[in-house]
Amino acid sequence: MTMTTTSTTSRVTRWTAPSIATVSLVVAAQLLLALAPLFLSANVVERLTTLFVYGILALMWNALAGYAGLLSVGQQAFFGLGAYATVRLADFGVSPYLALLLAAALVGVLSLPISAFMLRLRGGEFAIGMWVLAELLHLLVNLDNLVQGETGTSLIALQRYSAEDRRAYTYWAALATMAALAWLVFVMLRGKMGTAAQAIRDNEEAAASVGVRVLASKRLIFVLSAFGCAAAGALWVASSITFQPKTYFSVQWTAYMIFMVLVGGIGTYEGPILGAVLFFTMETLFGATGVAYLIGLGATALLFALLMPRGIWGEIEQRLGLQLLPVGYRLSGGTGDPPPKR
Amino acid sequence: MIWLNQLVQGLMLGGYYALLACGLSFMYGVMRIINLAHGSLAVLSAYLLFLLAERFDIHPLLGLVAVVPVMALVGWVLHRLVLERSARSGALLPLLSTFGVASVLDNSMFQSFGADTRSLAPYIDTLSYDSWTLPGGVIVGQLSVLTLVIAVGLLGGLHLMLVRTALGRRIRAAAHDADTAQLVGVDARSVYAASTAIAISTVAIAGAFLAMRATFDPYTGPQQLIFAFEAVVIGGAGSLWGTLIGGIVLGIAQSIGAQIHSQGFLITGHVTFLVVLLARVYVADSVRRWFRTLRPRITMP
Amino acid sequence: MSLLKIDGLEARHGLLTAVQGISLEIEQGETLALVGANGAGKTTLLRTLAGVHPLAAGRIVFDGLDVSALPAHRRAAAGLALVPEGRKLFPAMTVQENLLVALSAKRDGRWNLSTVLEAFPQLKPKLKAAAGTLSGGQQQAVAIGRALMTNPRVLLLDEVSLGLSPLAVQGVYDSLRTLMGKSTGKGAAQGTTVVLVEQDLQRTFAVADRIVCMLEGKVVASGRADEMTRDQVMAYYFGHRTPAAHEALTT
Repeated sequence: MTMTTTSTTSRVTRWTAPSIATVSLVVAAQLLLALAPLFLSANVVERLTTLFVYGILALMWNALAGYAGLLSVGQQAFFGLGAYATVRLADFGVSPYLALLLAAALVGVLSLPISAFMLRLRGGEFAIGMWVLAELLHLLVNLDNLVQGETGTSLIALQRYSAEDRRAYTYWAALATMAALAWLVFVMLRGKMGTAAQAIRDNEEAAASVGVRVLASKRLIFVLSAFGCAAAGALWVASSITFQPKTYFSVQWTAYMIFMVLVGGIGTYEGPILGAVLFFTMETLFGATGVAYLIGLGATALLFALLMPRGIWGEIEQRLGLQLLPVGYRLSGGTGDPPPKR
Repeated sequence: MIWLNQLVQGLMLGGYYALLACGLSFMYGVMRIINLAHGSLAVLSAYLLFLLAERFDIHPLLGLVAVVPVMALVGWVLHRLVLERSARSGALLPLLSTFGVASVLDNSMFQSFGADTRSLAPYIDTLSYDSWTLPGGVIVGQLSVLTLVIAVGLLGGLHLMLVRTALGRRIRAAAHDADTAQLVGVDARSVYAASTAIAISTVAIAGAFLAMRATFDPYTGPQQLIFAFEAVVIGGAGSLWGTLIGGIVLGIAQSIGAQIHSQGFLITGHVTFLVVLLARVYVADSVRRWFRTLRPRITMP
Repeated sequence: MSLLKIDGLEARHGLLTAVQGISLEIEQGETLALVGANGAGKTTLLRTLAGVHPLAAGRIVFDGLDVSALPAHRRAAAGLALVPEGRKLFPAMTVQENLLVALSAKRDGRWNLSTVLEAFPQLKPKLKAAAGTLSGGQQQAVAIGRALMTNPRVLLLDEVSLGLSPLAVQGVYDSLRTLMGKSTGKGAAQGTTVVLVEQDLQRTFAVADRIVCMLEGKVVASGRADEMTRDQVMAYYFGHRTPAAHEALTT
């Protein structure tokens, strides 16, 4: 039997035309958005700030669940801690916006020892264990005299700024955080972390057996997620000024994160962003209807979990092989294009 | 004497937690599913009993005769519509979907019944505060004792069902290996649905006792779920009698915590849970590591 | 009419087609042996017949009834029983419970707890023991007994000699021969219809009426046991293309 050699060579590419276009668009959009407070109304600026916070939360919850395979019903722990740390630091005399950054960093550092024990848990035990941790932290924060239990306190230090300035600074802080985290996740996914995450998601034991540093990867994502959620909490308190523990440590935040990621597309890059935008839209349109809106949210999340667990972007990616942001690899040339791997 | 009293109160409270948690433990043992809607279903049961008591003057314990079958049906439907499908895709999806169910349930109950806290205590005459005085001056509520008795009875009943009846055999077989169970004629799908129905029936009873000993509102569910989960984990997930022990340990921890600090009740409970959970993992890991050192090493030539 | 008719059966593992368009007919009372190397698709075929592996294409007709879409527990209730590879007992349950759970198939017949214990007397003292504590041979007895409790019309046996000592294998096959109506010599119609997958060719030739050789998901040869030689079967088993094998196949 003679062997015939194929003369076509396969190429591995990361950038495609659509992805170059998208990235350029994103950069342009971010620059445009930065100008918003100068031109748009106060209400719009505040709403956009909220949108950015939602985006951060979605991105961070997805990082944990979609990339590390860790479903947490307790990320509100870090959200609340971030807000609490901001208020506390401001109370010590730290300038509010510096306090924001420091608070998020502190919570990120705190999450390291937390990860040392929480990451030993799996599945449901991890999920609800994180929830219990959130409840515990809520109770401990309540003990602080500054917070006075459920009465709460306010970020009084913000009063040194005019409402307009405060709005703008918070907006820029939120935009910068969202952009920074999004780029960070993007860069991480393109690097070793991306393939490690995929491997861990597919089969943790197999991944470990080929040298993927499973625990280190999970820890990195855990800390990042904690940092991001803390930043979100800090931004929220900068935006709403009041800090009531019950609001910030509520499991409702996890419900929002689950909705955004489930509907948008768990484990994808674009999914959580899409989910945040959808969630924000839903809230803007229907939020005023009160409980009916919450029922709708829960029902939608449930339907997606049952019927479209890959989420909207997951389905699009699956069916069209479309990837707007180049976090995966594409094999081109050779005998045919198999579907792109994430 | 205060500590003895706290111990006894903790034990009684543990009886409630065991009652609350036995359905969660049962479902986890059979199907490896953690039902995050567990607490919300208990609250639903409480509302149904409340309606019967308020509108038709039916004593809650009598009302259970109607509510338990209804909740069993709710459980069966929940399984067929939600759990069956979710369980196929691994461990994460059932968590997400039952979380969604809990959310829909809680908010729907708010929609239907409003934000007022309710209680079944007014409908059970003196049972809510009658008590016996034990030697040593310890006072135990009759309702608490009844709760503990029912908890032990239910757990015992479930245990007996599992080891003595044909259905129990089928459940155990399907729980261990659904495919092989099918090979010998066990309809695993039906068995699982029946298990969920049984679990939710116990939740219905737990809801009754929740409402008789305390107040409830549409959003009481999540807190109850956490207690149930803590009891299950402390006692060892998948073990029915472990759930009784777990509930009691949780109850005692909470009671002691309440003595230490005004906010201590919940804090000690959560801390105990986390400590036990992590101790178990650490012990398991150390045991595994120790076993590895026992295995002979293969030396390369 | 054949008792079990398989028509163009196809089964997959993900994207890999493990069984490719197999058609077979099994007569009442006969013992059919499926022979082939690992990966030939024998276990997948049996599992698909029993209903615990999805049928990708084709039909399964059991006693005139198309059971292709029937779930596994209903096929067991219809009289199609599989003794799975690796025994797959319920280890925490006692021997008695393992046997009794098969009553779920709700079929009447000569097999019940006492007759099964008569066929496998070594289990009598172990009735209350946890199935996981038994020896390999005893476990195999329980596995077969469990399938028998469903009073099957067709018994599928997947590698019952796997992992057993020669003595244990002997014991298993002694019981099986009675089952198949071989030892009484009363003829094929009296015994249970059996399809067995077996790696031990000596055993295969000892009990089978017909032998079907499978290779890479397809049937490559089939014939009556008394008409085929060991060399022929081995040649098909290994898929050899050696001159000696070729000679064996064409003589």
